[in-house]
Amino acid sequence: MEEGAGFGLYVHWPFCQAKCPYCDFNSHVVTGVDQARWARALAGDVARVAGRTGGRHGGRRLTSVFFGGGTPSLMEPETVAAVMDAARAGWVCANDLEVTLEANPTSVEAGRFGGYRDAGVNRVSLGVQALNDSDLKRLGRLHSAAEARAAFDVARRVFDRVSFDLICARQDQTREAWAAELDEALAMAVDHLSLYQLTIEPGTAFAARQEAGKLRGLPDEDLGADLYEMTVERCEAAGLRLYEVSNFARPGAECRHNLLYWSGGDYAGVGPGAHGRLTLDGRRVATEQVSAPGAWLAGVETAERAHEREEEISVSDQVVEYLLMGLRKREGVALSALSALGDAGASVGERAQALKDVGLLEAVSGRMRATPRGRLLLDRLVAELAG
Amino acid sequence: MTDRSLIRNFSIVAHIDHGKSTLADRLIQLTGTVAERDMKDQLLDAMDIERERGITIKANTVRIEYPAKDGKTYILNLIDTPGHVDFAYEVSRSMQAVEGSLLVVDATQGVEAQTLANVYTAMEADHEIVPVLNKIDLPASEPERVIEQIEDVIGIEATDACLISAKTGVGIPDVLEAIVQRLPPPKEGDADAPLKAMLVDSKYDPYLGVVVLVRVIDGVLRKGQKIRMMKTGGTYEIDRVGVYRPAMTDVGELGPGEIGYITASIKQVRDTRVGDTITTVTKPTDTPLPGFKPSIPVVFCGLFPVDNAEFEDLRDAIEKLALNDASFTYEMETSAALGFGFRCGFLGLLHLEVIRDRIEREYGLELITTAPSVVYHVFTRDGEMHELHNPADMPDPANVDRIEEPRIKATILVPDDYLGDVLKLCQDRRGIQLDLTYAGSRAMVVYDLPLNEVVFDFYDRLKSVTKGYASFDYEITGYRADNLVKMQILVNDEPVDALAMMVHRDRAESRGRQMCEKLKELIPRHMFKIPIQAAIGGRVIARETLSAMRKDVTAKCYGGDATRKKKLLEKQKAGKKKMRQFGKVDIPQEAFINALKMDS
Ligand SMILES: Nc1nc2c(ncn2[C@@H]2O[C@H](COP(=O)(O)OP(=O)(O)O)[C@@H](O)[C@H]2O)c(=O)[nH]1
Ligand SMILES: C[S@@+](CC[C@H](N)C(=O)[O-])C[C@H]1O[C@@H](n2cnc3c(N)ncnc32)[C@H](O)[C@@H]1O
Ligand code: SF4
Ligand SMILES: [Mg+2]
Repeated sequence: MEEGAGFGLYVHWPFCQAKCPYCDFNSHVVTGVDQARWARALAGDVARVAGRTGGRHGGRRLTSVFFGGGTPSLMEPETVAAVMDAARAGWVCANDLEVTLEANPTSVEAGRFGGYRDAGVNRVSLGVQALNDSDLKRLGRLHSAAEARAAFDVARRVFDRVSFDLICARQDQTREAWAAELDEALAMAVDHLSLYQLTIEPGTAFAARQEAGKLRGLPDEDLGADLYEMTVERCEAAGLRLYEVSNFARPGAECRHNLLYWSGGDYAGVGPGAHGRLTLDGRRVATEQVSAPGAWLAGVETAERAHEREEEISVSDQVVEYLLMGLRKREGVALSALSALGDAGASVGERAQALKDVGLLEAVSGRMRATPRGRLLLDRLVAELAG
Repeated sequence: MTDRSLIRNFSIVAHIDHGKSTLADRLIQLTGTVAERDMKDQLLDAMDIERERGITIKANTVRIEYPAKDGKTYILNLIDTPGHVDFAYEVSRSMQAVEGSLLVVDATQGVEAQTLANVYTAMEADHEIVPVLNKIDLPASEPERVIEQIEDVIGIEATDACLISAKTGVGIPDVLEAIVQRLPPPKEGDADAPLKAMLVDSKYDPYLGVVVLVRVIDGVLRKGQKIRMMKTGGTYEIDRVGVYRPAMTDVGELGPGEIGYITASIKQVRDTRVGDTITTVTKPTDTPLPGFKPSIPVVFCGLFPVDNAEFEDLRDAIEKLALNDASFTYEMETSAALGFGFRCGFLGLLHLEVIRDRIEREYGLELITTAPSVVYHVFTRDGEMHELHNPADMPDPANVDRIEEPRIKATILVPDDYLGDVLKLCQDRRGIQLDLTYAGSRAMVVYDLPLNEVVFDFYDRLKSVTKGYASFDYEITGYRADNLVKMQILVNDEPVDALAMMVHRDRAESRGRQMCEKLKELIPRHMFKIPIQAAIGGRVIARETLSAMRKDVTAKCYGGDATRKKKLLEKQKAGKKKMRQFGKVDIPQEAFINALKMDS
């Protein structure tokens, strides 16, 4: 949508060592994954999608690859290499191609970091989640805080770009406790942090516990807002600027791949449950692949492409998606990108005025963005704007 | 035609849940009126709502053939009447059509408020009364005590009461014998005289049109007869004549003393007037019946479709329901806040709930119900009296001389332990105590109360402060002037007409405060703070502030989430349809009614 958003490839690895109680990602706990078969399937599908987008002569330049999960750090480096080979064969790649892999911070996985680097990975994002063992246990994590720090140290030695995730607004977390933990994280951090407030997703073990009234000590709205404001303040004071609702980076160190999502750019999605957004012959389409790993594998291996659905996105839905994603960024959305979407985009401007009046939105040099207060109410705000 | 001496017409009067319907079932069953395989519980309660709530709303009749011990076969006509105070008029009209009553009293509970109200109606109609003590199968039953109580409180002989269990069937044969031996046959009646029949009730049937329940006094009703309704003047030709067994069964004719139905291509229930005299066009009677007082709605409220686009569907539903219920009135209403809807009048709150339920259920419409209001008499300075059905229509107070409100006489029976709570409740509702007497360990209190204070949640409160042990009945006694004012509710500085109400001036502050507090709970937080105020005229008397929402943001949102979030947005949009927008504020539909519920 926005000029120069780039073009990315998302690869989903759907397996995990164990299922975390808060997680609703497409992740499955299985034993005996046939890596060679998965490598062939993923690489094959990357080649197929590359073909659809015109391949090396389609005029696209691949600017980012993201291995997400599940737990991509359970992939053999050879599997990652096979996918990367297919990507490089499929598209012309940018010189500064960003290749991120999500990793769980255990010693076993850290042992594969070198292999990933050799396969082309140049950035890792570690799921540290918490810096104390009792909270890690409550989050159902398999690693200790010490193990996570050790994995982080390995990652730093192997990669230039390392980020890690923390989940905050946890059970019984006080302002003081989070402030201390955040300061520790900021001391550790290289140039990027993702700080997510715990969300109770429907269908997860936490949701069931909550329904049964057994998930106590979650912050109320006010504490949640306080924690958030404090997070932003401390990160920025430490030089990690908020560039998206939950993401902080030293300027220039932002995750390019994720920015692509929030800027409404094109990306191919490969792997179980992966979504893609592609502009093909002037139409913008959404692709979605089958989530169940077995069914996905079976689908890929047939000629019918039975593992992927594709749907054109109406202009009004494009507007909604752009608002949903774009306003998450510090800079918000580009008015030019909105007006390029015709009447549906223009009518947003009318609805925006009331929100500007109450100080939730602001216009700055050709863009419209959420104010700090508006950012905390973003879901509401977007609902209002979307009409 | 049946020999008059072999006819017994009767009704059953009882407090709710004392076993009226169950007894009716047993009588029907024991006499083989309904084949065993067609028998179901609460047979006479035909409507879903009646069955679900366990209440009788419409009067129903059944004709039972009973071979008595004296060797003769009698025709017993039972009219089953509603028990709830809202439908007191139904009871009184049905009573005029029969000569006797079974007074059913739960032997574990004793006499209750509706027992009294209903038995007095029966006595007014000159009924012979046979006391029946039910539920003697229960260990907690105390027939002797209850017999004494009936004699003390009601003042009728009860030593020869039938002791029964409608559940197990014990004592039912005695009841049948008592009906035949102790209740009188229909009094007057001359088959050769000009036709004179009482219109007892009518209901709408989608296939047959209006079905009229009749009681013949003189003459004979036959198919093909040209009849005239003496009060309304309408003339019709009878299509069918029959009796309920309880299924509609055509018979050749109905003679003096008999009860049955006729159909005559009558289009709406409104064309029939309960209590009217039915006679023939050619040879009319010259002594029409005195007639009943028409039932008048006492509680009014606005019904609006949640979705504005459904107004026409609502009109359709209301018109159809009105065909079958002449006691419910409606007229179109427009509200600045709610758009188009109807101002509807009901016999009471239960009646309101029943109609609203039926519209929602049978017609699939979602409704916003506004604050129920009674009918005030507003006297303007020019000496005119205006009936005020809707606080929104209140004339400028500067032109108002006085406002009168309807008062009721409420009778409450309550175990001694809870008497204090009941007195407090009545006092809080501006009641004036008229009487306090005892029947055993139960107190009977009589209060003069404003209907307005009772209409909404008095009964719920009474039940809750007495743990369900109190019973309650009332009658409207008249109008009296009081210091009444219109209270407005402003949400985000805009008056919401649908929340306006009449209140007593002395209670306005506390009522206003309660309303504001309640609304603060009921209205979800918005992105801005919302003042909620109660005001009289331009003066604010209570105020609350709903603070702004601070946080509503998805923590994590990547590529695949765009699709998911978009779906979520669509769902939210559907949820918003259930709210009404007042200026910038969304108010959920339930808030209109729930804001009125008082905690004391
Ligand atoms: N134990 C017992 N329960 C009864 C008896 N008669 C009725 N009931 C129960 O009392 C409740 C109210 O009865 P119902 O006939 O609906 O009362 P109505 O409101 O007067 O019509 C029902 O649950 C019946 O099953 C009885 O003789 N013994
Ligand atoms: C794709 S997920 C999982 C990556 C990796 N498997 C892991 O667990 O470390 C990426 C991040 O989302 C965050 N996350 C997942 N579920 C969450 C939830 N319910 N609430 C808040 N953050 C969540 C976690 O911080 C996690 O590291
Ligand atoms: S949070 Fe990460 S490790 Fe845990 S189940 Fe989800 S994807 Fe797997
Ligand atoms: Mg009943």
